[in-house]
Amino acid sequence: MSMMIDIAALDDIPRQGARVVKTDAGCVAVFRTADDQVFAIDDRCPHKGGPLSEGIVHGTSVTCPLHTWVFDLSTGIAQGADEGAVQTYPARTEGGRVFLDASFLRRRSAA
Amino acid sequence: MMRLVVIGAGMASGRMLEQLFEAGFAGEVTLFNGEPRGNYNRLMLSPVLSGEKTYAEIVTHDDAWYAAHGVRCRFGEHVTKIDRERKVVVSKGGETPYDALVIATGSAPFIIPVAGKELPGVCTYRDLEDTNAMIAASRPGAKAVVIGGGLLGLEAAAGMAARGAEVTVIHLMGHLMERQLDPSAGYLLQKDLERRGIRIHCKGATKAILGTTHVEAVLLEDGTVYPADLVCMAVGIRPEVRLATDAHLEIGRGVVVDDRMRTSDPAIHALGECVEHDKQLFGLVAPLYDQAKVLAATLMGVEAAFRPVQTATKLKVTGVDLFSAGDFADAPGREDIVFRDPGRGVYKRLVLEGEKLIGAVMYGDTADGAWFFDKIKSGEEVSAIRDTLIFGPAFQGGAQADPLAAVAALPPEAEICGCNGVCKSKIVTAVQGGAVTLDAVRLQTKASASCGTCTGLVEKVMALTLGDSFTANANPPMCKCTDHTHEDVRRLIKAQGLKSIPAVMQDLGWKTVGGCASCRPALNYYLLSDWPLDYVDDRQSRFVNERNHANIQKDGTYSVVPRMWGGVTTSAELRAIADAADRYAVPMIKVTGGQRIDLLGVKKADLPAIWADFNAAGMVSGHAYAKGLRTVKTCVGSEFCRFGTQDSTGLGIRLEKLLWGSWTPAKVKLGVSGCPRNCAEATCKDIGVVCVDSGYQISVAGAAGMDVKETELLCSVPTEDEVAEVIAAFVQLYRENARYLHRIYKWVAKVGLDWCKDQIADPATRRALRDRFMQSQAVYQTDPWAELGMRPADWAPVADLTMRAAE
Repeated sequence: MSMMIDIAALDDIPRQGARVVKTDAGCVAVFRTADDQVFAIDDRCPHKGGPLSEGIVHGTSVTCPLHTWVFDLSTGIAQGADEGAVQTYPARTEGGRVFLDASFLRRRSAA
Repeated sequence: MMRLVVIGAGMASGRMLEQLFEAGFAGEVTLFNGEPRGNYNRLMLSPVLSGEKTYAEIVTHDDAWYAAHGVRCRFGEHVTKIDRERKVVVSKGGETPYDALVIATGSAPFIIPVAGKELPGVCTYRDLEDTNAMIAASRPGAKAVVIGGGLLGLEAAAGMAARGAEVTVIHLMGHLMERQLDPSAGYLLQKDLERRGIRIHCKGATKAILGTTHVEAVLLEDGTVYPADLVCMAVGIRPEVRLATDAHLEIGRGVVVDDRMRTSDPAIHALGECVEHDKQLFGLVAPLYDQAKVLAATLMGVEAAFRPVQTATKLKVTGVDLFSAGDFADAPGREDIVFRDPGRGVYKRLVLEGEKLIGAVMYGDTADGAWFFDKIKSGEEVSAIRDTLIFGPAFQGGAQADPLAAVAALPPEAEICGCNGVCKSKIVTAVQGGAVTLDAVRLQTKASASCGTCTGLVEKVMALTLGDSFTANANPPMCKCTDHTHEDVRRLIKAQGLKSIPAVMQDLGWKTVGGCASCRPALNYYLLSDWPLDYVDDRQSRFVNERNHANIQKDGTYSVVPRMWGGVTTSAELRAIADAADRYAVPMIKVTGGQRIDLLGVKKADLPAIWADFNAAGMVSGHAYAKGLRTVKTCVGSEFCRFGTQDSTGLGIRLEKLLWGSWTPAKVKLGVSGCPRNCAEATCKDIGVVCVDSGYQISVAGAAGMDVKETELLCSVPTEDEVAEVIAAFVQLYRENARYLHRIYKWVAKVGLDWCKDQIADPATRRALRDRFMQSQAVYQTDPWAELGMRPADWAPVADLTMRAAE
């Protein structure tokens, strides 16, 4: 059984933007696209640790602000010539709230 | 020496002259033209109308070219008579004798004989005067009616619509462009144009043009009335043969010529849209250029014969992709292959007769047009590949993932540039001969120099020939999301009045959803620079530093730089900085190269608080992160320095107070030195002022980064007020014209310092630039933290789960 945790109101996150959720094992970036889809990924670029939550969001991708690696928000996989991936976590919206699957806490503390 | 007289300076005769001079023609050329100018690329009037190009950009032969070839230009002078007996032409300037005469009078637009056709406000679409009339009439909200839904009429309609006019097209036939398109493609085109706000009325016969002193409306046979401030008749052209008729040359529908382009008088030749050859008239540019080649040979005494070839058509309306070639009318024995994808608005139709492809119509996706056109012209058998023919070259002969492979497979004689009849081997030869840039290839071969639609293909041929040493297009598209260059996008934003990022992406055909990290900040800048009062800055399209108003560092912390006007500070400001450094445990305090203090290692969540402290001490953001005004570096000047000639410190502070807060294509740094010893290092800044006894030397376009470059003098002025006006105007010129991320020195290298000087030297232009700058400053000269600091919660994590036990 998965448990969804209520993180924030959808409107706390700007469209084409992100906010971070602080956990014991580092931050998770929660993204909101132009069409109100939400995605959650580790807020740490596998390249040099850049805060992905500060990247420019385009379509369902984000570009890291430090060295412009591009990640697909739904798979976490780096696009183009760069190789690498960032951990993704299930996220959804309901009634104007954003929920993350609690697995993101478990997996992160186990890691 | 042979005296050659040419009547008409159009594209055909222009090409003929080029060919003649290339072949070493030694005679004396006199060139008459009714229009008061020389040869320009008439095909490109549509981009001029829509605002995508200027007239200067479409001039083919300028005064210098005519002078270099010793052509006697008689522009704006109509030839009224040809006296064949005495071999002279008569004009206002007297008689001009000839040994050989070339008639290149082109065509005249057809005027439909209805009441009101002579009212002011009725024009045709033929030359620059017509184009300018339409530009003048296309104010936003003006009503225009175009009679004729052919190639020319639709380009006129789209151009005027792009300038904001409400346009209605009246077309006599059942669908648009019926000579080039079948009904299905015509329908798709109509839908596309209607989406752009152009009203289309097919099967509409014009009964009268209404109005008393000026055109007011158009009345159709069916009783419909369309109000109109301007009516453009684009129903067709007919050869201009009056001179030839009066001279009793043989005339059919046009001036009759033989294979060598000779008329019935052996001393008189003709070419272009005015001629009839083998009962055929010609309107497209490719056969006219063939005629030019043949006539040049004939005049040089070389044997040559004109053989008309098939031509293909493309509509030059940005964002509309259609292609047609060959014969696609229904007839017995013909079969169709049709592909439709209504979702994408794609339609392709191939017409086969027996074993051969004889016609192709494509809409929405025309990438394979050239390949089909080659198949039509070669007349090769296509039955073996019939099953996959419509999918184009990519599906023939297995895997061809490499787009170059299709080009590599083309035979040497394959035509690359249809306008100018340039085949693949000619481009290859030019490249091997040292033409390694697109411009050089254009100059030498003319490939892609007319309508430009084959540019991509020409580049592929270059890439194949040069291999790894090919560096694509000096001016590539903005990014992978679009085929437009930065310059095109800037022009189109203004020409089409696009005022939001989604509008730009929609109307300019962005290929991605939401753009990318490269184009979004550029578009955001272009829009806020062009529409300061209408556009709302999109924070989410800003790079992190400009979004957070601080510089991100490698560890995700930020650096904070308060503004220090002209590098001057006070003990109170220094105390506030020291207190903030202690309070927020700033790991490093550093003096910057721009004469201010940088606090490094500040956490994001602390940014609103540290700025609240600075604001309370009277300091505002130094924009040390911005593509905008950074610093004005000064020396102490006449206030303290024994050499100082003027108050450079005071002037620097004044300039910084004038310019701060403005967004620019890339960062802008100024320096003001009080004397030519130049202690503020003003001559390697984007803009530098050096004070001298008599006033101020303003120089621009310096660099001291990846490139190092001394500034160049823009102008010298006697007063501080003028310094402020010149610099505000120059910064605005840069803001309005440069591409995003180009520093001033790169932009000036592109547009030329002389052009900048001309703009600034003209008092009216300078003041208008200054006024537009101040208008933008009224909106954008604000301290970002005054507003951002109000919502400190936005800078902290949205949720903190560190205390929560893992389940």
